[in-house]
Amino acid sequence: MRIELERRPDVSKLFSILSPFIALGLTLVFGGIMFMILGKDPLAALYSFFVEPLTEVWSLHELAIKAAPLILIAVGLSVCYCSNNWNIGAEGQFIMGAIAGSILPVVFYEWQSPLVLPLMMLLGMLGGALFAGIPAFLKAHLNTNEILTSLMLVYVAQLFLDWLVRGPWRNPGGMNFPETRTFDATAILPEMIASGRAHWGFAFAIIAAVLIWFMMRYTLKGFEITVLGQSERAGRFAGFSSRKMIWFSMLLSGALAGLAGIAEVSGAIQQLRPVISPGYGFTAIIVAFLGRLNPLGIVVAGLVLALTYLGGEAVQVSLQISDKPIRVFQGLLLFFVLSCDTLIHYKIRMMWYDLSDTASEGAR
Amino acid sequence: MGIFEAILLTVITAATPLVLAAIGELVTERSGVLNLGVEGMMVMGAACAFIATQVTGSPYIGILAGIASGALFSLLFGFLTLTLVANQVATGLALTILGLGVSGMIGEPYVGQSGIKLPQIVFPVLSDIPFLGAVLFKQDLIFYLSIALVAGVNWFLFRSRAGLKLRSVGDSHASAHALGINVIRTRYLAVMFGGACAGLAGAQLSLVYTPQWVENMSAGRGWIALALVVFSSWRPWRIVAGGYLFGAVSISQLYAQAFGVGIPSQFLSALPYLATIIVLILISHNRRTTLINTPASLGKSFVPDR
Repeated sequence: MRIELERRPDVSKLFSILSPFIALGLTLVFGGIMFMILGKDPLAALYSFFVEPLTEVWSLHELAIKAAPLILIAVGLSVCYCSNNWNIGAEGQFIMGAIAGSILPVVFYEWQSPLVLPLMMLLGMLGGALFAGIPAFLKAHLNTNEILTSLMLVYVAQLFLDWLVRGPWRNPGGMNFPETRTFDATAILPEMIASGRAHWGFAFAIIAAVLIWFMMRYTLKGFEITVLGQSERAGRFAGFSSRKMIWFSMLLSGALAGLAGIAEVSGAIQQLRPVISPGYGFTAIIVAFLGRLNPLGIVVAGLVLALTYLGGEAVQVSLQISDKPIRVFQGLLLFFVLSCDTLIHYKIRMMWYDLSDTASEGAR
Repeated sequence: MGIFEAILLTVITAATPLVLAAIGELVTERSGVLNLGVEGMMVMGAACAFIATQVTGSPYIGILAGIASGALFSLLFGFLTLTLVANQVATGLALTILGLGVSGMIGEPYVGQSGIKLPQIVFPVLSDIPFLGAVLFKQDLIFYLSIALVAGVNWFLFRSRAGLKLRSVGDSHASAHALGINVIRTRYLAVMFGGACAGLAGAQLSLVYTPQWVENMSAGRGWIALALVVFSSWRPWRIVAGGYLFGAVSISQLYAQAFGVGIPSQFLSALPYLATIIVLILISHNRRTTLINTPASLGKSFVPDR
């Protein structure tokens, strides 16, 4: 059997909308098969993975808590990817944002003021942006591959956080546990509504998504991002600078990842620990692609991926299996999203017999 | 055995997986395909090699399982990027995420088990050479394979007709296609070779470096291997030089910790990653030489027109 691609004259509108859903469906089918191999009833497993978390108020709040960092990071990444800058170190920028924002409640813990919280958020954005500035500088001025440098810096950030919470920032009254002092009430991001834990981070995520959507769709900057991403040469003729675009997209995505980091720490964890993220920075890459790099699509995609985290926790309890299937689900989903995107630009033909035999080739 | 020989041995053990994964990726990239999934293929190889060894009791079957799993896993990448022309960067990331997930899941029952270490193969006379004999000729099979592979790839790329074709596909897929070379098939084979090498590198981790299974045990080595390919300017023997340099950095970090140098261990652990960044800067800051060395079609999809 052979598979042949035929380029569509126009981008298929139908498949632009449909492809993420096909990918989701395929992931569910394969996920069911995976549970069957693990010896569990696939329907019951999928139900407790994807439906049960949606049936109670408290778990909807958890969904919003987990979706907030995913959406914030992914929205920033979409700008990077649209402009052909491959920042894959959002996990590190998330951590550095969390650290920078935590300077106030950990080091200057005696200062209590309504200014603390906004300053923390600003510091978080600054920390994330500065850390993303390193690969940006290296790519823009020293021609260094941003994929590898941004990823290497993730490990550096993780080790730096580990050192801080075990060393200079360790809680003096914390029985030697590797964690900082818990934040003062003035440094904690408040809950959005009274019914549960979900904090303002989710609101930040929605606001960021709408703003970036507006920028991409209605402003010259958005046009510049798209043009430079599709053809650097065409962009240069239009007078756009790809060097400035590297800086813009990396700093923007770093700032959003940093904001996600400090919002998560201040709203959900309320102190620093050696590990503050279950891989949000990497999962956000999947979110960005599942949302087809469209900020509004990313909001939906962020909720879907947040659901996989919750579902993973749910099946751990209900089916006594480990949390490992979460990563498999997420990986499968990205695979199917990428393969279904082919349908947008190409018609796929299955050839059941080999046409390229020398005879038929010669007859043409 | 002196302390210096002991250090050299640990450097070799740390460098071998980097050399293996990098030489495979070098061939893949020479054919014009950028596979960022090295980390995922490596960790799959480590898990499958360890499991096969535990089940059969033979580390040699483990090696085969590692190679096969890496190659099969890379086929997934090949299908998406070559047949379905998906974005290579994103698909490589997907391969890494999926590999870390699947290996964690299938390896879970084996966590904490002590494995079987791959035995050494001792060359009778050569290993008696003072100093270097014990270092170079009292090693395991995978070390010998790593050197043989580098030599073989060097010969293949620059001395054989098939290698010339492979390089032409990587430098200009349109011209290669016009000359009647099957671009897609060449790239599939190159991707699978890369996967097999990454799988073998993984097998080295779980059978030689630390004979056990730990989740995420590749710990970024796949990414360092990708950096090594850039470092080598896509020339095989430079992979060995770079690999041993990185092996030395990661080992010096362990020794510094053992001897209690007054630097926090986290800073020492960050050294290999920082060294990677510095090396990348040194290699790529000259735009012109980078442009000459990089395979011209690297990362570009090819759809044959007819």
